Amino acid sequence: MGSLKPARKKNRVIPGFGLSMGVTLSMLSLIVMIPLLSIFVVLSDVGPADLWKAISDPQAVAAYKISLLCALAAALVNAVFGTILAWIIVRYRFPGRRILDGLIELPFALPTAVAGIALTTLYADSGWIGRLFAGIGVKIAYTPVGITIALIFIGIPFVVRSIQPVLEKLDGQYEEAATMLGAGLLRTFRRVVFPEIRPALLTGFGLAFARGLGEYGSVIFIAGNIPYKTQIVPLVIMSKLEQFNYGAATSIALVMIVFSFLTLFAINFIQSRLNHAAKGAEN
Amino acid sequence: MSDPNPIPPNPASIPQPAAAARNTARAQGRTARLVLIALGVLFILVMLVLPLITVCVYALKQGWDVFSNAITDPYAIKALQLTLLATAAAVICNTVFGLFASWTISKFHFRGKQFLTTLIDIPFAISPVIAGLVFILVFGRIGWAYDFLQAHDLKVVFAVPGVILATIFVTFPFVARELIPLMQAQGSDEEEAAALMGAGWWTIYRKITLPHIKWGLLYGIILCTARALGEFGAVSVVSGHLRGKTNTLPLHIEILFSEFQLTAAFAVSSILVAAAIIILILRNIVEFKGRKEEHEHVR
Amino acid sequence: MYVELRQVDKAFKGYKALDDVSFSIEKGKLVGLLGPSGSGKTTILRTLAGLVHPDSGDIYIDGQRVNDVPASKRGIGFVFQNYALFRYMTVFDNIAFGLTVEKKDKAFIRERVNQLVDLVGLQGLQSRYPHQLSGGQKQRVAFARALAPNPHLLLLDEPFAAIDAKIRKELRLWLRETISSLGITSIFVTHDQDEAVEVADEIIIVNRGRIEQKGNPADIYKEPSTPFAAQFIGESSVLAHYRTLKGFESYEGYDNAVIRPELIQIAKLGKQPYAHASEEGTVEDVFFRGSLIEVHVNVQGMRLIGYRSPEEAALAPGEPVSVLIYRLYLYNEDKVRLAENARLKDENTVFI
Repeated sequence: MGSLKPARKKNRVIPGFGLSMGVTLSMLSLIVMIPLLSIFVVLSDVGPADLWKAISDPQAVAAYKISLLCALAAALVNAVFGTILAWIIVRYRFPGRRILDGLIELPFALPTAVAGIALTTLYADSGWIGRLFAGIGVKIAYTPVGITIALIFIGIPFVVRSIQPVLEKLDGQYEEAATMLGAGLLRTFRRVVFPEIRPALLTGFGLAFARGLGEYGSVIFIAGNIPYKTQIVPLVIMSKLEQFNYGAATSIALVMIVFSFLTLFAINFIQSRLNHAAKGAEN
Repeated sequence: MSDPNPIPPNPASIPQPAAAARNTARAQGRTARLVLIALGVLFILVMLVLPLITVCVYALKQGWDVFSNAITDPYAIKALQLTLLATAAAVICNTVFGLFASWTISKFHFRGKQFLTTLIDIPFAISPVIAGLVFILVFGRIGWAYDFLQAHDLKVVFAVPGVILATIFVTFPFVARELIPLMQAQGSDEEEAAALMGAGWWTIYRKITLPHIKWGLLYGIILCTARALGEFGAVSVVSGHLRGKTNTLPLHIEILFSEFQLTAAFAVSSILVAAAIIILILRNIVEFKGRKEEHEHVR
Repeated sequence: MYVELRQVDKAFKGYKALDDVSFSIEKGKLVGLLGPSGSGKTTILRTLAGLVHPDSGDIYIDGQRVNDVPASKRGIGFVFQNYALFRYMTVFDNIAFGLTVEKKDKAFIRERVNQLVDLVGLQGLQSRYPHQLSGGQKQRVAFARALAPNPHLLLLDEPFAAIDAKIRKELRLWLRETISSLGITSIFVTHDQDEAVEVADEIIIVNRGRIEQKGNPADIYKEPSTPFAAQFIGESSVLAHYRTLKGFESYEGYDNAVIRPELIQIAKLGKQPYAHASEEGTVEDVFFRGSLIEVHVNVQGMRLIGYRSPEEAALAPGEPVSVLIYRLYLYNEDKVRLAENARLKDENTVFI
């Protein structure tokens, strides 16, 4: 009980902080932080000129565009269908609803490689769906459309699972009240329901988009790895690695990391703005 | 839960124009309901169910013998073993991490808590390919730990440890992410009360915290297992695709598919599909039980 | 002095939660810390328990300075506001927890828990879980759990806040009786003055992290020593200008006044024996409150609240009445005094 000792440690009532924090930080450092910081160690050897050369390489630039556009398109489709799915699961009662609800999680549970080969086989020119479109001269597999389809598959649970809890909490009486006042269905949705689910929708959209940017397993088979056409950023990194060009691979990886973090930051920012606005409206 | 068909109020009590609008709205409502359910179900069928059916049909396309040969192939079994090993390692490691990290973050006050939470989420935010890449940058030929490994005759990249590390990295936040909100919602009153009576951290954790989080913990472990079983991108970078040595099941599937052994690829996939379906069912059971118990104990 | 705080300060992120808090409590007393929410009363309690550590100042329990003694070693029983019962343990295990931690022998634990179960009247409920108990039963379990390791100081944080108004009164009485039969020094926190007055031997009024007044309930009621105490205790209302009221013209040096219903007498016009000391007013509102009638009267633009017995002649809104003010509490920023109606005093000297 020496009162001269700094009393810092005693200030916590629940015991075990030092141990618990110690284990957490050690594991986090060993498994995540130190490996991740190696990126900067390697980049410091690369030097700015080579870094810029690798980043601005036309093949890489084409890949950024493909990755961004496909992820954006997929996230938009998912925003629409994710909202519809969350809505029918929460608001309607119909046979098979519970199974539908359980299936939403399938893309999380199914290994991406399995999803990838299944989608490729389905949408190839000889596949069950690909055949229908090949008949009218539209190719899906090995085009950006195919990439987008794979990213829709992988992203749908993010949107549904973001919106679902909000809709569950949102009292159905609001909608009923609006309908009672004679508001049409679309109007009710746009004015009453949509503002409530907007932050959640945005989160789901952002998560699906971020996942789409980095996705590898489910996309590579259907993409086909054609430079300038269907080569997504992770595939460029992969091909640089196969050429043992570690500097270029790491440089492009840096671009991807920056993109991912910007996306997450943007979501957080917009969300805090929306929360602020909502709170302001309440007062 | 809202009733989609509320009892209509006495029509006489509603002004005529509003009542008319309400009737149209209800008719609109019924049509919209049908259209939306049809759209949703169609989407799920085409996007999620059809790929599953594809796997099963193609797996058995050339008959039972080809199917069973493909899944009893020694390379397939080796790959399955490695996948299970990596999954077990990831689940154990990330459960330990999850238990400590969630306890630290939810039961104590300290500076930089928000920052720490963000750091834990990093593996979710970056591409699996980059997750694999970072281990090459540490342990590969250009890595700063390479000389040390050489000196001690150790191999990480293009070897089993690399596969395991990459799997752990990718699934790192799963358990912690499940537990943190759960523990935060629970608060730390009970732990404080126990500490006031002189209980040590292990007693508090075992007797007070753990009973609260057991379903959430199980849930996190299930999610972690699912992701670890199927991990492809990160493992693909560090594995080196050595058949029978560093190939996991998903990598084995990739090789079979690229060699145009479609039936074999789908046959092996069907193992993982079965695992995925079991996981989905378990996930739903655990979620249901957890919700039920929470309802009972937290009034 | 058994429990003592000396010049304790505590700030949370620049906000002063405790500002030079000093007080002492005798052994065996049941003390209420009374104050509005955010006043620092709970912080005082948590500081005593060791859940909060003061920035400066000393804490003494039983003659020993305990600043550096960890919470679990201070010999304190703590009843949390929401009880913090262990939700996944039975009533028995909850009460036994402190003893199990101390590694007491099984037979002893069983005997002690059963003894406490009898004390708090929960016989037959030992194997229930907290979610199967009513609010009052939960409080009793929390109480028994805190008492189990034989603490020499019992601290209770808003012990009645989570309980239905109906059974609250009954529980207050029960708690007071049980604590006094045990003779354990106890401190409880409350924002409800009725509760404090009814339960405590002694009240400490806390406001903005400072101690306003300490004393037995009757003394605080009769002689508030700070403006805050004067306003906080009783059904007080503040008067904007008191110097125009009859009998209070000559009091100097105070800006405001506080008045309570029991310091006013409202009578029908002409029925007022001390008419020369009374004001005229108009009835604004009349509320039936069961055992009494609350009357709001407008006097010179100020609203005064008074009580009348239901036995007296009824008053109606709009009716002119005579209002006699016996006393006021005058105050400005830092001082407070009792002011008698001067005209009544004159009357007395003339008559007696």
